[in-house]
Amino acid sequence: MGLTIDISRKLHGFKLEMELSFEREIVGVLGASGSGKSMLLNSIAGLARPDKGRITHDETVYFDSARKINIPPRDRKVGYLFQNYAMFPHLTVEENIAFGLGKLPREEQKRRVSELLERFHLSEMGKRYPSQLSGGQQQRVALARALAVEPRILLLDEPFSALDEHLKNHMMKEMLESLKSFQGTTLFVTHNMAEAYRLSDRIVVVNNGSVETLGTKQEVFHNPKSLLTAKITGCKNTAAAIRRFPRIVEIPAWGIVAETEGEINSVKGAVGIRENHIRRAAETDRINCYPAWISDENEAPFRTTLYLKIGSPPAHSGDYHLQWELDKEERATLTDPSFLICLDPARLFFMKEAGT
Amino acid sequence: MNFDLSPALISIKISVISTSIIFILGITTAWWMTNYRGRWQGLLDGILTLPLVLPPTVAGFGILLLIGVRGPIGKFLSIFGVNIIFSWYAAVIAATVVAFPLMYQTSRASFEQIDANILNAARTLGVTEWKVFWKIAVPMAWPGILAGTALSFARSMGEFGATLMVAGSIPGKTLTIPIAIYFATAGGQMQVALVWVLIIFTISLTVMVAMNYWNKRLIKIRQGPGR
Repeated sequence: MGLTIDISRKLHGFKLEMELSFEREIVGVLGASGSGKSMLLNSIAGLARPDKGRITHDETVYFDSARKINIPPRDRKVGYLFQNYAMFPHLTVEENIAFGLGKLPREEQKRRVSELLERFHLSEMGKRYPSQLSGGQQQRVALARALAVEPRILLLDEPFSALDEHLKNHMMKEMLESLKSFQGTTLFVTHNMAEAYRLSDRIVVVNNGSVETLGTKQEVFHNPKSLLTAKITGCKNTAAAIRRFPRIVEIPAWGIVAETEGEINSVKGAVGIRENHIRRAAETDRINCYPAWISDENEAPFRTTLYLKIGSPPAHSGDYHLQWELDKEERATLTDPSFLICLDPARLFFMKEAGT
Repeated sequence: MNFDLSPALISIKISVISTSIIFILGITTAWWMTNYRGRWQGLLDGILTLPLVLPPTVAGFGILLLIGVRGPIGKFLSIFGVNIIFSWYAAVIAATVVAFPLMYQTSRASFEQIDANILNAARTLGVTEWKVFWKIAVPMAWPGILAGTALSFARSMGEFGATLMVAGSIPGKTLTIPIAIYFATAGGQMQVALVWVLIIFTISLTVMVAMNYWNKRLIKIRQGPGR
């Protein structure tokens, strides 16, 4: 049941090989550009043809190379929201939304279009052309158009990347509302960790044409199983580690020994901690506290990132071990050249794979 | 001066018909080639564009080989007692062959410019390929298609070499404006030639300018007053 994918494709020295299966859920797809995200989406929609494999959705076979089945995109009932929204520029908003409804009687078409216009707060916009709409409005039209044909799968390709920060938050909220009432599988490609965390139930990390991780967002973000997953999900602080005791690791690159919350089941591996999970050691902290010096700083409007060196003063601004993201108010309290930081054992995660 | 207007009517009749044929053949071929990704792409494109760069006499020679009394099509038609060589049908064929690449190239360039996502979006909405072509690709490529139509019409109006070879210069039947200009000049009737020059100049320019304005209006409507 659900959407099952097992495909491979070779293309200009790039090899895609993916095996995935989804239920009725929202899945965030993370991965660097060129990792095969778009090819995955296009294969599901029927816009790209894998060399080998199978794609099935519930009882329907979309693609099966062995049985020479390849259902054209028009019969797959897959809604696709493109990064640039792909509006039909020569058609009005109403005509855009009604485009896939040609088989229905006129009255039914009208009813459905006006229903969608209302649901997406576009009632005033029906007669306008896409060029007369803002980015946020275009996105809503694109989503309404995709949902009009009642798809069973929804593919969203970086739906927020074309919007400005202010609009992004607003649209994400609306998208979440729309997706809640959607009864099918949603795949949602993004580069933005906050978006992925907020919208999805599970996360799949793809790298170089294959699936690196598929897990709940809590697993993937709080306890990534591989170094690559940690990096792709935005973890800036990783280093190779050696197990000394079941819950004690040595981290040579940082020159420290640290305690972890869970037991470690592999001798060699790597540790990681997210830059906003580091904190200043409190009076009561007894473990994983280390003296640190600031080697460089990178300021954002409300938060700042400190580049820290553990154990000794840095020789130059590139000489650092950790990145620590904190509030500016807290930053203002760090007046001494060195201070104690705490790497919370609950936040420090261990990965089997060795890293740098 | 006894001025025979028949070349104007013949030229317009031939150009309207050949442009209509080119319109349909040109955009469907262009669309097909836009979606064709096979290994013969370059060769096919070259063949379809060839009449544009070859001397029209080469096109005329080729057409003669096909529809002449000894050519395969000519032989086939002669079974029914039909002979199209040296008729205005032959002139239509000549104009169609020579002007076709202009329509094909211009509309193909416009098809290629359409964002693939837009076509793919249409495909995922459950419509047939025909509807994707007719309701999305053609309207979106319309400015280019219009330009191609205007160019093909003007080229058909101006067709000389191939027409002369396959249709001859039968007054009242296949004598077109360009051929009239040629014979008037050759016969020293410079004034007659000048009148024809001005007429063909006016017709061709009018068609192209009209297409340009139509195009501008279309683009304006589509883009709306803007924000």
